[in-house]
Amino acid sequence: MKDTDFSDDNLWMLPEGVDELLPPRAWSLELFRRRILDVYASWGYELVMPPTIEYLESLLIGGGHDLELQTFKLTDQLSGRLMGVRADTTPQAARIDAHKLRRDGPVRLCYMGTVLHTRPEGPGQSRNPVQVGAELYGHAGVESDVEVIDLMLETLRLAGIESPHLDIGHVDVFRSLAADADLGPDLENRLFEALQRKARPEINELLRAVPDARPRERLAALCDLNGGLTVLDQAGEHLHDAGPRVQNALRHLWALASRLEHRHPEMTLHFDLAELSGYQFHTGVVFAAFVRGHGRELARGGRYDGIGRVFGRARPATGFSTDLKQLLAFAAEQVGDHRAPGILAPWSDDPALLREIRRLREGGERVVLALPGEPPPQDGPYDRHLVERDGRWRLENLA
Amino acid sequence: MHAMTDALTIALSKGRILEDTLPLLAAAGVEPAEDPARSRKLVLDTNLPHVKLVILRATDVPTYVQYGAADIGVAGKDVLMEHGGRHLYELLDLGIARCRLMVAGQPGANAGTGSLRVATKFVRIARRYFAGQGRQVETIKLYGSMELAPLAGLADLIVDLVDTGNTLRANGLEPLEHIADISARLVVNRASMKMKHQSIKSFVDRLEAAAGDAAAHD
Repeated sequence: MKDTDFSDDNLWMLPEGVDELLPPRAWSLELFRRRILDVYASWGYELVMPPTIEYLESLLIGGGHDLELQTFKLTDQLSGRLMGVRADTTPQAARIDAHKLRRDGPVRLCYMGTVLHTRPEGPGQSRNPVQVGAELYGHAGVESDVEVIDLMLETLRLAGIESPHLDIGHVDVFRSLAADADLGPDLENRLFEALQRKARPEINELLRAVPDARPRERLAALCDLNGGLTVLDQAGEHLHDAGPRVQNALRHLWALASRLEHRHPEMTLHFDLAELSGYQFHTGVVFAAFVRGHGRELARGGRYDGIGRVFGRARPATGFSTDLKQLLAFAAEQVGDHRAPGILAPWSDDPALLREIRRLREGGERVVLALPGEPPPQDGPYDRHLVERDGRWRLENLA
Repeated sequence: MHAMTDALTIALSKGRILEDTLPLLAAAGVEPAEDPARSRKLVLDTNLPHVKLVILRATDVPTYVQYGAADIGVAGKDVLMEHGGRHLYELLDLGIARCRLMVAGQPGANAGTGSLRVATKFVRIARRYFAGQGRQVETIKLYGSMELAPLAGLADLIVDLVDTGNTLRANGLEPLEHIADISARLVVNRASMKMKHQSIKSFVDRLEAAAGDAAAHD
């Protein structure tokens, strides 16, 4: 390495956490993208293409502090208002459902595009993921949660991931226990933060501020309510005297669990009632897919009912999203670069040659012109070339 | 299911954490196949075929666990506070390797209203601590021998772990402000906790019992 390679003046450095796709991976991603969107279309999910930037307030609907930190901001020279580069497409899809489409009944939307994050979401994660996701609006029952989870699993299957672990939580359990205990915003935030780390000593310390025994015990129980299906039984015991919102949440989880077990008997279900990722945005069940040997979730989603209210219509909503570039690492074998060897053609004005090239290309062949005086292109293998024999252009094998 | 035999990798750091953790691990049924303090190996087998120990620098433990290169780790609360974020589960306070995180300096060095220079390896903690008090400081990142910084005129104060305070006193310094009580925590990777739940849960339960017994005997 030369000293100049360390200079800050070099023009080839990409910002930290920002990456790009080169051949042949970029093409693999494109093939993968097409397959996913074909599947989504076959499930009745309509593609939307919201803009990369829009007014900040619209992007941050329901998203809270985390999403605001994650969003790059810039000033609109035309209106003087603050714009954001989307860090998540979900609020845009909600805006489209609530305000643009205004249909009654269920609406199924999907999207695919680059989002930008001011900071990587987790260790080693890209700041410019290609977010792909699907959202189902207009139905509040567990059936629509099952449908989007099914579609999320189908997406993972396209990447060759057959049996992920599914982690399931419900943000309304903590939210209503916190409300019952009358924590106030500061204590609720600190407890939320400690619960995210399952830091039991800190949780118990914080809960000393809660005067009533039962609300305190119920919140303390959350930390240990994680594991297999039996967790829902334990939750039923520990939280038997909690309010109706908690009981509704537990019933929702039971219903979801039994349907998922029925549909995916091979899949490991894990429940975690202190799993609160997307706490501010989500309103109900939350879920994430994990794969062995991969230290973080590959896809996640959940319910966010009523977020469209600010856009004119409060609608039930559930959905999931994932990063296509991360999935591609798993999908390499499924969608690898299977391009057939190509054909080299000499550079010429001969209309007969141009006709033949067109005919071959329309037949799906890759035909590349050998530019005069240059070596053959290096974008892939070539096994044939076009040569003129007796006034006709023929394909011959390259030596 | 074969959940009880999930492969587990436990990250420890050399020094006091290792010395204090090994008895707890032994009480929880995990014993290294050779003495980690003497071995030059970085990956050690244990009496359990599916459990391995990796020996790291203390500050690297959260990183290994966060990425899932180790499922479980033992790290000081100081290291975790400096590491930051909520990407790890901090399941247990093991109550070992106890010390205090302190502001230290020459007597009275923390008085006065002028801007102070603070030398530390805990830059993040120091910034937050002084900012929380509305005091403006300049932090200087150092990697060792904090006590030298005030003596050489590099800094007015240091932020460092204090056990007995002997090193401070030997250099004419004294502890001035208490930032936090430190002890070692058991940290767990989020994905491991979900995917190897039974193995980790039973290990954590055994370790918690061992830590409780050890605390009762103190």
